[in-house]
Amino acid sequence: MTVRLDTIVRYQTPEGVELSLLPAGPFVRGMAWFIDFAIRAVCYIVITIFLSWLGGIGKGIIMIGLFAIEWFYPVLFEVRNGMTPGKKAMGLQVVHDDGTPVSWSSSLLRNLIRCIDLLPLFNMVGFFTMLLNSRFQRLGDLAAGTVVVYFKDATRVITIPDYPPQPAPIPLTLAEQRLILDFCERSGDLSDDRRRELASLLAPLCGSKSPENRLLAYGNWFLKGKGAA
Amino acid sequence: MNQNQFEHTYRKQWDQFQQLLEILEKKEREAGKPEVPLSDFPQRYRQVCNHYGLAQTRHYSPALVDMLHGLVLRGHRQLYRKKNGLLWQLVHFLVRDFPRTVRQHGCAFWLAFLLFYGPAVAIGTATYFDSVLIYSLMGENEVTSMETMYNPNSDKVGRSLKRSSETNFSMFGYYILNNISIGFRTFAGGIVFGVGAVFLLLFNGLMIGGVAGHLSHAPYSLTFWQFVLGHGAFELTAIVISGAAGLVIGYSILRPGPYRRLDSLRLKAPTALRLVMGAALMLVCAAFIEAFWSPVVLPPSVKFSVAGVNWTLVTLYLLLMGRNSRNKNES
Repeated sequence: MTVRLDTIVRYQTPEGVELSLLPAGPFVRGMAWFIDFAIRAVCYIVITIFLSWLGGIGKGIIMIGLFAIEWFYPVLFEVRNGMTPGKKAMGLQVVHDDGTPVSWSSSLLRNLIRCIDLLPLFNMVGFFTMLLNSRFQRLGDLAAGTVVVYFKDATRVITIPDYPPQPAPIPLTLAEQRLILDFCERSGDLSDDRRRELASLLAPLCGSKSPENRLLAYGNWFLKGKGAA
Repeated sequence: MNQNQFEHTYRKQWDQFQQLLEILEKKEREAGKPEVPLSDFPQRYRQVCNHYGLAQTRHYSPALVDMLHGLVLRGHRQLYRKKNGLLWQLVHFLVRDFPRTVRQHGCAFWLAFLLFYGPAVAIGTATYFDSVLIYSLMGENEVTSMETMYNPNSDKVGRSLKRSSETNFSMFGYYILNNISIGFRTFAGGIVFGVGAVFLLLFNGLMIGGVAGHLSHAPYSLTFWQFVLGHGAFELTAIVISGAAGLVIGYSILRPGPYRRLDSLRLKAPTALRLVMGAALMLVCAAFIEAFWSPVVLPPSVKFSVAGVNWTLVTLYLLLMGRNSRNKNES
């Protein structure tokens, strides 16, 4: 088995195909939490200002509101599509570790246990728990069996520089094809020398004469279908 | 078959599948009838899985493989999603699942019961006979405020001076915020090997017991017991159940049996959640009674009879509800 360099979680479905999920790390989740925190703070302030006009009833509603936001704000969003506004802004989504949408019970669990993850301050328990496992799960995630993953837009279009397509001299596996496509996609950001340097590592595949253009040619071939030029 | 032929042959099926997905994901509620009936969804999904596997092994282009992976991922989410029938679940939960879960975890319940009432009775007896002992539990101001709260001459029994101007409804909100948060924290504390739950049970037991013992003398005792017994049935029992929920998850980590600790936790967590959500609903009842019934001034006999009815109701509910339909549902 090859050494894993990434944190991708693979899950095999009953149909025998493998799905992959990319868990989100502490930093991006921290950002999402911060956005949610800001939204919650605004909610607190708004309901406090508006309802304090209503006297006793208003005070009661304020406190019920505080209670609801404090414990159930994430739940209400997560059961709809797995995203609180903060997570949505950061492109994150909560799912079960088998990739299915988060259920009421899992969402409740992970958000009730949040009050331990918050301890002693600045989410420290949650932060260290996330560092201790390979899926960046905090305590609440571990108990509920959920992962926070990057929400991948399945229709993302890869754009690479145009070049007359050309088939690779030997058949390449999907992973190898992806590697070449990644190179093509980024080649705009690289200097010419660096491109040549990287591409010349693949000299057996693309020869020694302008290997970077050969890679572009293969990339165009892979992307636009075999001979669909 | 080369990729072009492959795409050409199956493109239509993928489009139809995507249409089904969009209906299931409720993005296109108003979109007309799908070309294929929804009941075909599982079969279509398996076909797409098959195509995805083929595309992978035949080294078709990454874009096509990614597109199929996206379809499979979305299909998987729809086919294996856990069903939510919220209202119906709530009814089932109240009349059947919750009391049944409490009974199934009798050990945890009684352990939590002991952890709460044990220190409560002990310290209560002590503060009853030793009138200065209460000051080692709480500060002087707090004791004075407790005493004014239950002073029979107070026109707002059960409210500290600071809260004496609050209306019943605002107290309702306060009890919801305060008490249910305590219940949730007691439960969540259980994930630290049960330590948090045990600590909060003991702590609340000591505080409540201490105050009860101290206030069981004239002139406070009659007002105090009249006020607290009515909602105590729901409130104290719910705190015990939240503690039991915490103990259940703590125990699942400490003694995982044949499972890995993490798996054991994950297996037990939904049951524990059921306990604590039930407890939260009981705390809503408690808050309602505490805010609107407990401060009402009525002859002690009436207040105590209602309290008795409440305790009996809670006990019978937990003991008997959901028993008869057991065989039907487990077969």
